[in-house]
Amino acid sequence: MSKQEAKIVDMQTPRVNIAMPENNGQARAAGKRPVKMRTAGVNVFYGNNQALTEIDLDIRENEVTALIGPSGCGKSTYLRCLNRMNDTIEECRVEGTVTLDGEDIYDRAVDVVHLRARIGMVFQKPNPFPKSIYDNVAYGPQIHGLVSSRDALDEVVMTSLTKAGLLDEVRNRMHELGTGLSGGQQQRLCIARAIAVNPEVILMDEPCSALDPIATARIEELIDELRENYTIIIVTHSMQQAARVSQRTAFFHLGILVEFGDTERVFTSPRDERTQGYITGRFG
Amino acid sequence: MATQQHIVSSYDEELEHLNKTIMQMGGIAESQLDRAIQSILKRDSAMAQEVVEGDHKVDELEHEVANFTVRLLALRQPMAVDLRNIIAALKISSDIERIADYASNVAKRAIALSQFPEVNLVQTVPRMGRQVQQMFKNILDAYAQRDAEKARRVWKSDEEVDEMYTSIFRELLTYMMEDPRSITVCTHLVFMAKNLERVGDHVTNIAENIHFFVHGKPMPENRPKFEESYYKVMKQAEQDAFPENAKKAKKKAKKAPRKKPAKE
Repeated sequence: MSKQEAKIVDMQTPRVNIAMPENNGQARAAGKRPVKMRTAGVNVFYGNNQALTEIDLDIRENEVTALIGPSGCGKSTYLRCLNRMNDTIEECRVEGTVTLDGEDIYDRAVDVVHLRARIGMVFQKPNPFPKSIYDNVAYGPQIHGLVSSRDALDEVVMTSLTKAGLLDEVRNRMHELGTGLSGGQQQRLCIARAIAVNPEVILMDEPCSALDPIATARIEELIDELRENYTIIIVTHSMQQAARVSQRTAFFHLGILVEFGDTERVFTSPRDERTQGYITGRFG
Repeated sequence: MATQQHIVSSYDEELEHLNKTIMQMGGIAESQLDRAIQSILKRDSAMAQEVVEGDHKVDELEHEVANFTVRLLALRQPMAVDLRNIIAALKISSDIERIADYASNVAKRAIALSQFPEVNLVQTVPRMGRQVQQMFKNILDAYAQRDAEKARRVWKSDEEVDEMYTSIFRELLTYMMEDPRSITVCTHLVFMAKNLERVGDHVTNIAENIHFFVHGKPMPENRPKFEESYYKVMKQAEQDAFPENAKKAKKKAKKAPRKKPAKE
């Protein structure tokens, strides 16, 4: 994979909150995956409303981390902190540290556009560009200057579509509009689009909400395959999906991280009463 | 039966792991049963001791199956045939664990028996053991092949095992009454025969679970239980031992009508 170098944080002008070293060497030795992204003391405000309080969370490399919780608990807000999408919301203020590979992503020196290529995003409602299938996938690499020739671009498009499990279905209609595909296919197109710019992390905000069970199952199988090469964080209002798809699950409630642990443990013997109440359907 | 793969391939891998673990348990239990019976025939205490010590392996696998089942139920929300597969596996693992326990019990008694001089009567129990062994092997095959018809045939064959048990029981009672010095050996043999008969019962449980797994409804027939002949033998033995009571019992039987056991 060819990578453009991200603008490195200038360590001589650190922000107030210094990123903690990741101790990844120790983690690897212990057989755990290294930490890819970390949030420490994250607080988010919409105007005077505090949406998230002191969120400390480690996202491990090549794992699927699921964020669950009732409506309004802050999980989507949290997701948007990870690729600075909250910057686009005027009254939103983010405090605390968010790091990618130990580097603070909110540092002033960071190129936000490039950051959002390294940390891709897939949304709830599939939103392909009003372009051809080919151009949907080719657009990102082109504007980021990732490829220098037509052949290289073709290669990137084909590879991305293959990885997203879509190539076989669209091979003969690459120049048709992306919006003409079915819901499940559109979502896979959006995933291909995100993959085309060589991300390290893929954020998914309820990617299957608009899809039928078969299309959902196909996306879940795709997520299983993708995690070999990418780190995935998925917000889902279906805790059954979180159970099926993720290795680690974080339960949010009223802006607080209530519980975070191995998915199997969270769903078989949660440590917190509130977690148990939510996953057993004892409160909404 | 569903032969298609799940869209999410890891689900298939997990179900396969579950079924493989059941087969592994079954294999160990089969081997335990075989060696327990051999240790009777060969009067081999060392072999019997190995069987006793090997029982923990089956217990560990049962825990593994239980934990894995809980995990599958929580994380996969299984439906229909997958749900029945997982529940059947859970129940069958419990039956296999009991079968292995009975094999271990038989081995313990084999050790005791080997302290006594060799007696011909001892042959009857291993013969019953071989029958039960064959049933167990067949039911494991039926599970692996998802063959409910094969399971039903094994289920029916438990009749013979029950008959063998009743006949051994009667024979041993007579032996004990004729020669009280044989009581110790015969009592061990009675327990061993009972253990083997219970193995047969657990095999029929497995058969019923396989049937439910494959067809989604319970077996229509009741398991044949020869309670009548069981009590007959007991009564006969008592009458032989205490003839004066036999006369009274005969008079009573003539007056009251015989109750027939309820059949569905």
